[in-house]
Amino acid sequence: MPDRYHIHTLPVAARFRRVGKFGSVDWREDCSRCTNCVKHRCCYDVYKNESAYNRDPLAPVETLNGCRACLSCVQGCTKGLLNVSVNPEFLDIGDDYWKPDILLTTWNQSDSGRIPVSGAGYRGRFHGPGFDSMWTDMSEIVRPTRDGIHGREYISTSVDIGPKPMRLTFTPDGRMLTPPSRLLELQVPAILDMPTWPVGGDHLTHARAAAAKELMTLAVMPAADAAGLAPELLPFVTPVVDGDDIERSADLLQAVGMAQVRESPDVAELAGKLQSAHPRLIVSARLQLRPVTAGRVVELARAGIKVFHLCADLHGRERLDDGRPGRHIKDVLREVHGRLVKEGLRDEITLIVSGGIALAEHMAKAIICGADLVAVDTPLLVALGCRVCRNGQAMCSDDSCPAEIGPTDRGYAAQRMVNLMGAWHDQLIEVLGAMGIREVRRLRGEVGRAIFMEDIEKEAFGDIVRVPQAQVGI
Amino acid sequence: MKTISSDIHVRVRIQTPAVEKVPAREVRATPERYRNALGKYKVDRLASCASCGLCAETCGFGVHVKPEGYAFTLRPKDHLCIGPDCSESAYSCVAQCPQKALVVRRNPSADCMGDPRWTSDLILSTWHQAATGHLPPAHLEYRHGASGGGFDKLRFNFECELPSEPRPSGSGRIDTGLDLNHRDDGRPQVHIDIPVYGGGMSFGSVSIHTILAKARTAVAWNSFTCTGEGGFPDRLTPYADHVITQVATGLFGVREETIQRVRMVEFKYAQGAKPGLGGHLLGDKNTPAVARMREAVAGNALFSPFPFHSVYSVEDHKKHLDWIKEINPTCLVSVKVSTPTDVDMVAVGSYYAGAHIIHLDGSYGGTGAAPDIAKKNIAMPIEYAVPKVHKFLCAEGIREKITLIASGGIRTAYDILKAIALGADGVVVGTAEMVALGCVRCACCESGRGCPRGIASTDPELSMLMNLDWATQRLINLQNAWREQMIDVLSRLGMRSIRELRGRSDVLRYIGDEAPQ
Repeated sequence: MPDRYHIHTLPVAARFRRVGKFGSVDWREDCSRCTNCVKHRCCYDVYKNESAYNRDPLAPVETLNGCRACLSCVQGCTKGLLNVSVNPEFLDIGDDYWKPDILLTTWNQSDSGRIPVSGAGYRGRFHGPGFDSMWTDMSEIVRPTRDGIHGREYISTSVDIGPKPMRLTFTPDGRMLTPPSRLLELQVPAILDMPTWPVGGDHLTHARAAAAKELMTLAVMPAADAAGLAPELLPFVTPVVDGDDIERSADLLQAVGMAQVRESPDVAELAGKLQSAHPRLIVSARLQLRPVTAGRVVELARAGIKVFHLCADLHGRERLDDGRPGRHIKDVLREVHGRLVKEGLRDEITLIVSGGIALAEHMAKAIICGADLVAVDTPLLVALGCRVCRNGQAMCSDDSCPAEIGPTDRGYAAQRMVNLMGAWHDQLIEVLGAMGIREVRRLRGEVGRAIFMEDIEKEAFGDIVRVPQAQVGI
Repeated sequence: MKTISSDIHVRVRIQTPAVEKVPAREVRATPERYRNALGKYKVDRLASCASCGLCAETCGFGVHVKPEGYAFTLRPKDHLCIGPDCSESAYSCVAQCPQKALVVRRNPSADCMGDPRWTSDLILSTWHQAATGHLPPAHLEYRHGASGGGFDKLRFNFECELPSEPRPSGSGRIDTGLDLNHRDDGRPQVHIDIPVYGGGMSFGSVSIHTILAKARTAVAWNSFTCTGEGGFPDRLTPYADHVITQVATGLFGVREETIQRVRMVEFKYAQGAKPGLGGHLLGDKNTPAVARMREAVAGNALFSPFPFHSVYSVEDHKKHLDWIKEINPTCLVSVKVSTPTDVDMVAVGSYYAGAHIIHLDGSYGGTGAAPDIAKKNIAMPIEYAVPKVHKFLCAEGIREKITLIASGGIRTAYDILKAIALGADGVVVGTAEMVALGCVRCACCESGRGCPRGIASTDPELSMLMNLDWATQRLINLQNAWREQMIDVLSRLGMRSIRELRGRSDVLRYIGDEAPQ
């Protein structure tokens, strides 16, 4: 029996200081030292752990800030001296896209490698921009397997990268003219991308490659960084090359399965050169997402490039000509995918999308909108404690990172990345299972199995008279 | 099914010795069970207080108390404080205090409870309604949350426009009752006095006191509660006329007698908390009592598969319903489904399969522990599903033949009314009842020993935090407060019955950017 794909997650305690959501405020001067103190009855031992920490500053950091705000102590204290408050530091982390709750759930998933589970229903806003304005479908009776929760291992999450010829051509005497297929099969629809801003230290490069090996996927990195890696990691590496690298990194390009060519006016020419130098290599073009991307992809596809990595900004938006951010990848991907379908090219092409993929659901939703797979960048840093501070630009290249990501240990970093992707993989399977889809390849472009806010709002509320907010007044 | 003898068709009534007396449908003050009631505002008394007692004389809300003969003023009962609205009035303790020793501010602990769907105000106002049985004070927003969509963007016309005509008097005659059988199939009619019944929460997921309080409230208000997927606890049997037996995919604790003893049976195909996913009871929660009920081995994790392994098609679905109807020839059958894109087709299929009730469970609700990814992303919220199904059933000409019940994110009386105006006949609530019992929505239902407030826990110590009579009265009060609001809204709309409101989306307004048409 062949090995089943399995991601080996392992609980790894965080080595950075967690920013907890709630903190207790204690007016001790009025305490009457009663014997039935509510602090002893805390279900989560928050007070006990905090006092242990007060005695021993080296006590594990994750025990701090464990309060879940059940308010039992606040309401039970004999003299009403206890209060709980939202930690202002927690509200300050991240930004309006990388919200504090996203960072917290990413940390938790990287700790345990497990799906986040909670009770009491959904807590967030009804809808929001980008991926928050779509819902995935579910099926009442159609299932990929009939084995319920035990059948999930039969759901395939593998995707192929590479040129996919639509038909084979032969000479009159029966010789095949089509070159043999060169496909890279990944077991998860996600590759590990470079951080979108420079982060000091080559530990992270090593960790990313090691994580890619465990996950059986690819780690994207500059050709110069890839050169220093151990040979066994190279099949899991995708170097990003420019014109000079093609000559300089010939050995490296021989060892890897895929390479990316940066965007430039002559990207098609460069890709062709790279392809003829390394016929077995899968060559992809790394393009910045712009309003003209759909046309550019069609043009390059006709020129022979069959794999595209489309990069959005940190918040998942395209870049307009004046440098300002434009539409979200949800909308741009639907355009690019639709255009390729119309041109009859979609099935030959592999689309990878990155930027703004912050949660497991974004991976599923990006694929529904038309990507074949995603590239994960910032969440890999968040797994190591990154708070996406100051929009992720400053403090990372000098030594002032509060989470000390730069000098972090390779094995620890790789395992936390593996844990995160393991949790994402499981969540993707939940989504596929709920939809009754047996493989992630069939999820691509399945907009009919998604619910888009614009459409459903019109359908449900289109006949209701509208009033401006000012008229409601309350 | 043909082999079943006819005598089994007699409804089985099991005699149980201890029948707890069910409280009457009357409001009784039931304050919080914790020592310190939580309010929106916090009143701090500084050390400079001279205990002159002027605040106790001026405050009209009972925040400050200085009993006769006491040298000091008591700790402020700040949950009664109405906050900044008071500062302009003659009752303002802050302005009157000669020592300037009083400070009023937002209560940081109360703010910890809030989230956009269930704001801190909604939780506090639900607590107030459960405590008093009447409308909460004006400083709490009790009608809608702040989620920025769905019910929170809908208002009734009288909330946006000046009332054109005075409110009709005689509101006592307004009817909030609902008939559940519209099939005309010879099965008995089932009438409920309020358009609300309790959602399924299994023994194992919530404590026995929570289950019993829900059942007793259902008796008091002539409505229903549901067993959930965990069997029919013996202590629930005295209330069987107001209990729905749920048949879910794991078939845990489903027996012929539990189907035969009730007036309504519910098939759970999916649930809004985790649409399309199965259930999972952790081994730790499978205590000997729970295992006995579920006919399983204690300590083993129990998986409830998704979906029914016996249903591949709408024909199989009909077989399911026929099975129940054969076992209990007098019961009504409800079909609980979640909200996929083709929910309208599912509803029509269920009607032709013979369902009396189609129960849509929207994706934002649910009380049980579920993967976070499922709660937010899979299937559509109930606000979208209700009009979609209602319009489709109307177009198919079968709307009058089936009862449409909505659940999953119904938080307030106004949510109930809006769901009905969008096209539902009635609703099912779950979380709101838990909040009435003291839930703060900390979302820790599943971790460790379970609910730290003793509502959703079978831990022997935690589940005793709540007294049964107290819990029952809280829920009875909540229903009364809701009914008062329903009658108020219906009278403002000039309607005499809740049934008139169904599908009347013309009385709703949607807060949008465009000017009114």
